Amino acid sequence: MGTVVTLDVRDPGLPKAAIDAAIAWFHEVDARFSTFRDDSEISRLGRAELDVGECSTDVREVLGLCAEVERRSQGSFDIRYGGRLDPSGLVKGWSAERAAEMLVAAGARDFFIGAGGDVLTRGRAAPGRCWRVGIRHPEDAVRMAAVLETGSLAVATSGAYERGQHILDPRTRRAPDGVLSMTVAGPSLSYADAFATAAFVMGEEGLDWVAGIDGYAALAITRDHRMVWTAGMDALLAGPGRGPA
Amino acid sequence: MPIRAAVALAATAVGLILLFSFRTPPASSITAVAPPAASSTSSPTPTPTSSGAPPSGGASPTPTATPTPVANGLKSGSFTGQDAANQYGSVQVQLVISAGRITGVTVVQSSENDPQSATISSRAFPVLRSEVLQSQSAQIDAVSGATYTSQSYAESVQSALDMARG
Repeated sequence: MGTVVTLDVRDPGLPKAAIDAAIAWFHEVDARFSTFRDDSEISRLGRAELDVGECSTDVREVLGLCAEVERRSQGSFDIRYGGRLDPSGLVKGWSAERAAEMLVAAGARDFFIGAGGDVLTRGRAAPGRCWRVGIRHPEDAVRMAAVLETGSLAVATSGAYERGQHILDPRTRRAPDGVLSMTVAGPSLSYADAFATAAFVMGEEGLDWVAGIDGYAALAITRDHRMVWTAGMDALLAGPGRGPA
Repeated sequence: MPIRAAVALAATAVGLILLFSFRTPPASSITAVAPPAASSTSSPTPTPTSSGAPPSGGASPTPTATPTPVANGLKSGSFTGQDAANQYGSVQVQLVISAGRITGVTVVQSSENDPQSATISSRAFPVLRSEVLQSQSAQIDAVSGATYTSQSYAESVQSALDMARG
């Protein structure tokens, strides 16, 4: 996947076995879904060495979610575009969500999981303190454009500035040039991840699209250096300069 | 020290962070951002350690339990890893280590385009709010945004750990 995964658990005394299981899960996801591995299930499916009916439950679940987002986005989210089968735009968030379920089942309540720039928070960062999730400034890697204060929430961002990430608009066949980045927040990281990818492709229109999806909010950073966001983001945005710099 | 106890101690301090990356070809691997119990840096079993949780704004007390130092050969201090380059840019990471645990992780350098001066253009978007893009240095726990190329980040972190091991 080429993805850095971060697990930050604030619960005291979570059994190590729970962490080990989450790590093993991410390895399993990599083996199944990595488009960099010729022997992964998704690569073999992409070459038609397998048909969908022969695939694992997890692969079929991911494909089903991708198909749903493709429909909802009228093709802006298209995992087969470019001739390769690549559901990575949803797999990161989906795998993190599954890992979160595993940690919760093991008793964890306060943690975040980051997967390739997508973040999922649960509970509290510390007693009486919400998680603070920064949205990276597109042109200054060590600074933030905005900060969201979250409890249990998913936050995914698609951006043009991560130049290792190749997103093409299936409709124009070019890299999208509408916005510098698109952040989507909502209950599910699987959907937030895919919605952010699709909305990024759509550009500023993507904001209206996400605004029409119940429970999800979006924030875009535009090429002319504005932040534009849907009403649902208002409750999440922290005031500027809160806390020590 | 049994790993289970180390997890418990780390968790009562500032939490637990594991960073690992799935690399692009040839194979996926775990690069544990934590001193492995053995001296090998390529141990397949990551050892959990504490994370860099930023101090709260003053409302919450710091943890009362002082974590027992982990005897893993990591010196305390601030260690900046090498600038790890890839075809798209480079990443350099600084680790702060105290009593054998990582207590802070900061990207100190990333080669990106120079910031441009902000311009404002108006646009009518009735259901949307808009303001000029800010650039703030904020107290945060996590970052959303395709932040780093994964391999460079892991390389820089690993080199900072190697320096801490001296």
